[in-house]
Amino acid sequence: MIWGWIPRNVDLIVDRTVEHIWLALVPVFLGLIVSVPLGWLATTTATARNVVITVTGLLYTVPSLALIVMLPLVLGTQILNPLNVVVALTIYTVALLVRSVADALDAVPRVVIDAATAMGYSQLRRFVAVELPLAIPVIVAGLRVAVVSNTSLVTVGALVGLGGLGQLFTEGFQRDIPSEILAGIVLVLLLALVFDGVLTLVGRAVTPWTRVGAGAGR
Amino acid sequence: MGGILQWFTDPAHWSGSDGVPVRILEHIYYALLTLLVAAVIAIPLGLYVGHTGHGRFLVVSSANSLRALPTLGVLVLAVVGFGVGLGPALAALVVLAVPPILAGTYAGVQAVDRAVVDAAHGMGMSEREVLFKVELPNALPLIIGGLRSATLQVISTATIAAYVALGGLGRYIIDGLSVRDYAEMVAGSILLALLAIAADLALAGLQRAIVSPGLRTPRRIRRPAAA
Repeated sequence: MIWGWIPRNVDLIVDRTVEHIWLALVPVFLGLIVSVPLGWLATTTATARNVVITVTGLLYTVPSLALIVMLPLVLGTQILNPLNVVVALTIYTVALLVRSVADALDAVPRVVIDAATAMGYSQLRRFVAVELPLAIPVIVAGLRVAVVSNTSLVTVGALVGLGGLGQLFTEGFQRDIPSEILAGIVLVLLLALVFDGVLTLVGRAVTPWTRVGAGAGR
Repeated sequence: MGGILQWFTDPAHWSGSDGVPVRILEHIYYALLTLLVAAVIAIPLGLYVGHTGHGRFLVVSSANSLRALPTLGVLVLAVVGFGVGLGPALAALVVLAVPPILAGTYAGVQAVDRAVVDAAHGMGMSEREVLFKVELPNALPLIIGGLRSATLQVISTATIAAYVALGGLGRYIIDGLSVRDYAEMVAGSILLALLAIAADLALAGLQRAIVSPGLRTPRRIRRPAAA
């Protein structure tokens, strides 16, 4: 194996990594923004839940490459446009997250909601100030799955245009450089690990109440 | 849009070694072979870990970190390392299919109500009977759940196998891209999506057919632990 490839191409690796970070994270943000209202919608009626869960489940079933190829038909983009990758990953994020959001909102204890209502919270304020914060731990768990699988899925985009570190796979394959491919795999795993860790910490930081009383011996 | 319809109605695309039926069969063949090998490895291992609790940490952490493993990279590395051909590609697919089945099997056995297992022991069942007559049937929904995610993963990744010169539906996408034939790419994608959905529905049907009716009533949503 020619390890010399790595030190000679540090600039390329850094560029691809930065590109990869964008391609992996932007869909997670967009997906979260879409999933919260959709997840809420799923908790309103049984029909809404069935429709939302079935449609997102179906979208999740579509293989990533197929989705990236079909999106230009809907978006009117060119096949090599990076937007296709971003939208495809956003769809996967939504498909994963909507369920988490709906389950998390369902799990908010009835008494807490009743108490907030009794205290005069309007429906919207109760949702934003009471239900959503209590749902954070489960939503974060869903986000962690989404961010990790996105980080790996970005590379599929390398087959049709833009794939961040995935381009190290296609180039390494075409030029027969195993160390280039290996570098890509290791960096993808590292990125996923870092994103997962950061999300866990952020999730813990924004939900201080989950730790109160945990040590007080219930 | 018109081009895609034309592609599908062109009889030339429905016969011969690169026709739709052959490509679909190739795809199913790769997927079935991979899943069979992966299940033979993962289900016994998952049952063992779930029943005894040995190696639990290894299973959980490997299943989590392997989710991040980029399939394209693994496949390409296997081919660059071991040569073009069905063997290396299938080996890479198996590596990707084992974790979800293993995690599903382990979690399924682990989630069986302790009281049920204790009752089985109390009735004088041997360890083997407890495992195969109590834990396995109770774990089936989650085992099949693991199989379902593995199937989606494999069908999806078998597409990428076309990139390393194998057959299957991915050929239409990769070949279409190289000659800028967008209609061919979309046609391949539509067939692929339909295959994935059909496979998922088939497994959902299997789940309904072989899971004991006693387990079919939806369990109450367990309050997710604050993790």
